[in-house]
Amino acid sequence: MNRKKLQKLTDTLAKNCKHFNTLEVKCLIHLFYNLVGDVTERQSVVIGLDRNAFRNILHVTFGMTDDMIMDRVFRGFDKDNDGCVNVSEWIYGLSLFLRGTLEEKMKYCFEVFDLNGDGFISKEEMFHMLKNSLLKQPSEEDPDAGIKALVEITLKKMDHDHDGKLSFSDYERSVREETLLLEAFGPCLPDPKSQMEFESHIFKDPNEFNDI
Amino acid sequence: MGVVLTRSAQWTTAAGYGSGTLEITPLNEAILKEIILFVENFIYKHPQEAKYVFVEPLEWKTNLDPSAFESGYVVSATTVKSEEVDKNGQPLLFLSVPQIKIRSFGQLSCLLFVSKDAKLKEAQACIEANRNPVAKILGMDYNTMKADTSVLNILDKITKDDDPEIEIKMKIAMLLEELDLHLLNYSLKHTSLEIHLNPLTVKKDIELLKRFSGKGEQTVLESIEYTSDYEFSNGCRAPPWRQLHGEICYVLVKPHDVETLCITCSAEGVFLNGGKTDAEGEINYERIGAIYKDLVTFLKEKSAKFSENMSKQTRFSEEQQKVKDQPKEAPKKEDADALHKPITSSNKSKLEKNKINFGKNQMTKRLEPSLNWKTTVDVKDRKISLRDTQEEKHGGRPDKSTLSVSPGRAQLAHKNADKVEEIMSESSSESEEDEEPPDHRQEANADLPSEYWKIQKLMKYLKGGNQTATVIALCSMKDFNLAQETCQLAIRDVGCLEVLINLLDTDEVKCKIGSLKILKEISHNPQIRRNIVDLGGLPVMVNILDSPHKILKCLAAETIANVAKFRRARQAVRHHGGITKLCADDKETRDLVRLHGGLKPLASLLNNTDNKERLAAVTGAIWKCSISKENVTKFREYNAIETLVGLLTDQPEEVLVNVVGALGECCQEYENRVIVRRCGGIQPLVNLLVGINQALLVNVTKTVGACAVERESMMIIDSLDGVRLLWSLLKNPHPDVKASAAWALCPCIQNAKDAGEMVCSFVGGLELVVNLLKSDNKEVLASVCAAITNIAKDQENLAVITDHGVVPLLSKLANTNNDKLRRHLAEAISHCCMWGRNRVAFGEHKAVAPLVRYLKSNDASVHRATAQALYQLSEDADNCITMHENGAVKLLLDMVGSPDQDLQEAAAGCISNIRRLALATEKARYT
Repeated sequence: MNRKKLQKLTDTLAKNCKHFNTLEVKCLIHLFYNLVGDVTERQSVVIGLDRNAFRNILHVTFGMTDDMIMDRVFRGFDKDNDGCVNVSEWIYGLSLFLRGTLEEKMKYCFEVFDLNGDGFISKEEMFHMLKNSLLKQPSEEDPDAGIKALVEITLKKMDHDHDGKLSFSDYERSVREETLLLEAFGPCLPDPKSQMEFESHIFKDPNEFNDI
Repeated sequence: MGVVLTRSAQWTTAAGYGSGTLEITPLNEAILKEIILFVENFIYKHPQEAKYVFVEPLEWKTNLDPSAFESGYVVSATTVKSEEVDKNGQPLLFLSVPQIKIRSFGQLSCLLFVSKDAKLKEAQACIEANRNPVAKILGMDYNTMKADTSVLNILDKITKDDDPEIEIKMKIAMLLEELDLHLLNYSLKHTSLEIHLNPLTVKKDIELLKRFSGKGEQTVLESIEYTSDYEFSNGCRAPPWRQLHGEICYVLVKPHDVETLCITCSAEGVFLNGGKTDAEGEINYERIGAIYKDLVTFLKEKSAKFSENMSKQTRFSEEQQKVKDQPKEAPKKEDADALHKPITSSNKSKLEKNKINFGKNQMTKRLEPSLNWKTTVDVKDRKISLRDTQEEKHGGRPDKSTLSVSPGRAQLAHKNADKVEEIMSESSSESEEDEEPPDHRQEANADLPSEYWKIQKLMKYLKGGNQTATVIALCSMKDFNLAQETCQLAIRDVGCLEVLINLLDTDEVKCKIGSLKILKEISHNPQIRRNIVDLGGLPVMVNILDSPHKILKCLAAETIANVAKFRRARQAVRHHGGITKLCADDKETRDLVRLHGGLKPLASLLNNTDNKERLAAVTGAIWKCSISKENVTKFREYNAIETLVGLLTDQPEEVLVNVVGALGECCQEYENRVIVRRCGGIQPLVNLLVGINQALLVNVTKTVGACAVERESMMIIDSLDGVRLLWSLLKNPHPDVKASAAWALCPCIQNAKDAGEMVCSFVGGLELVVNLLKSDNKEVLASVCAAITNIAKDQENLAVITDHGVVPLLSKLANTNNDKLRRHLAEAISHCCMWGRNRVAFGEHKAVAPLVRYLKSNDASVHRATAQALYQLSEDADNCITMHENGAVKLLLDMVGSPDQDLQEAAAGCISNIRRLALATEKARYT
């Protein structure tokens, strides 16, 4: 991509993204094209990170492990549902990842957890997301019993209107009471440590671009 | 008696024999002795009742020889008959070797008298053969072994009857009942301190008193009522969270002669509580007044009428007193030996440890030893060793057991406390300050509050869940009322505390935060604090203080502050280097320390100067804390400043650095400067100026500078030649020292009496200062500019520094973005303008244009200094032109509207100079 086009892209994205300054956007765009690799630009071919590449980044860079959650995070990034994260989706997603306000993060996390996108986190969805959260104890007759009980505990804690499922307002209220519940059903945001490492690694002086 | 015999006496369980035998244990022996005393004295105390004929004879195999019986008996070779006979002419004592039958207390007394040394054996044989003596004496209706309440029913019936025999019967029944109670109490006291009053005895006491209460002169009380109708399945009526304190129930008692008393019956004894609060009938559980061993004793103390009527009903109390006053035999030697034997050297250490625990319980009068360790300690092992401990104690000092028992209990406690203090001499001095209540674990058999099960359930997820499950469980646990002791203890007792502390050791920030949020709450409980220390929670939390996460750090600091309320924990914190970490680089933490009362202990720790390492840590913490003004005020209240001044001499450098640093912060306030001067702090401070330790020098110069703000202090500094020392520090290779010394010089020059002369007197001093403007350290530059500002106030000195080329050097610095430097540079320039053609020179060296740009800075103090400098420079026409070219007028016009008067004036003055020049030019053009 030529320099002029890049500058234009940077300016556009920086204008639309309130959490990053121009330099940071520049760094992230640079990183994006490094990750995508040297693909010659052609018309009609979308340049971006596909599901596997993106999941790989989540795993390596942000230490995420849960397959299902990573899939959901990919969907969270891929706003236009075209199966790949393009550069503007990349910038927008990362701005939430790294600098998002609590409101933005709550909205994003709820979307991640609402597996079928019906606006509620149902018991089944909770069970699905929590099913690997306990060590299997061979002594237990019903290995799912523990998970089911955990789902009930969660509902008791978060289902304020007692309708047996979590609406966004249930979720929002719980998170405002206790921020730890933001990622209640699995880590879908970078943990602070890897976030710090990422930022210190990526946001460098533009002159050192070539090291990345 | 029946209850004691069935429940407390230790029967062997030899199934093969029809009747069990009493084990020979110290407890049984003691019970038997009490019974013997009772029977022996019966004939004297209750002569009427002693004649009462038992419904059935007590019958057993005796070892007594008929020949032992003397007057009053018809003796043959193998038989003995008493001359005393019943209505039907049957003898009340009949012995036909080896069987003996006795039918009255009088005869029982005589028999015991006859049997002399064999008393104990006879009594034992009697009780072994007559497992239910009460039923035999009074008839099956009085079978106390079956149900306790039946006695009351019968009593009820009896009181309505007038038959004199039945009245005697009732009296005996009551006597036996009270013996039973007494024995129970006695045996409980004897067995261990574990059991005192229990719900059953309290209930019986109360029911009994109820029967004899009501209107009229003869009753013992007007009324006695429980405060709560609900009885828990363990017999207690106190709410569960109070049960944890050993409280059983609360009763409202209205004696005849005093106001209604609200009384707490607890395992420890009976005491007056705060009474019902008016609003909702809630009880104020606080104890007011002494603890009595039971309800009857308590009421006797409180109500004379009760005492009087009670003794009418029974003279048991006197008897009890007598029993107590009776000199006790020293435990037999063999017993003592037997007790000593198992205490070999190998388990002595364990023994001592137990003693300590035991003693602690005593000291706080919580007579509830921690026998019920459910989690860790081998219960059996502990129990045995504890008992050994006690018995050793009893056996160990036979000479003291002659003391009467009722005050003896208190004395015993006192003795133990003494003993404990010997053992833990180290901690003895702090027993008052460090109230360490005993472990108060939920008793195994009592009904556990539901919190236990709920928390246990959640703990499963803490243990076996990943981060997600753990966080959910932690959040859910936080919903419990963690301020409530029931929950606090539940968390500990199900082993959750351990898990919470382990979580702090993981990498998961969220788990740590959740865990700390809970620990923070429950660590308000003194017992929990101790447990946290025991479980090694402190080093982990101290480590967290290093974490980059602010929330985490704050939570850890708060929890540590809670835990550190007792001394052992403080030692641990210190040991792990927590003090320096605590305290306090950011404002939030400093405030936390203050809010949690951490300052006072810090200040008091200053007085202990033996441990230099600790002293260094403590002074370091004080230094950091004193960065906050509020904290300084507190320190002054605690007289810490005087102490700090005292530490200025004979201390290692690490300590000195912190002490001087702290003083430097304190001396920012007038009051403290006065204190430092008054305590003679200036001399040692000035002496420290000759040191070589860089950190120390930085702090000393700062502190001396702070002191120099005070004219009187300045005189002292000057007389000690402190200014020269400061000046020579400008030659120090370390930029920090240079800067700090230069800063310190400013107030010195400002406040010295003959500043100009003084500065002049330093040979080569001014040249040195001017040359420092060549430094590349911003802080040094700023400080030197400040010094030059002050030096330039003296015309002669200004001339000298001008000669040394101060103008070009200052001008060179003008292109800077550092606001601090800008401000001091502008000030220096404005002062240096006052000499010769310096104004013009600044213009020539291109200092004006950059100065105009300073007006765009965000720092108001830069504005003022710059405006003043520009005002001075605007006296020169060329400078005015430069300013105008650089757009100074518009900027200055804005400044005229500032609320800062100095700035207003300077800006206005500058504008007027520029305007005047413009007018002059125009005038020149038209003329």
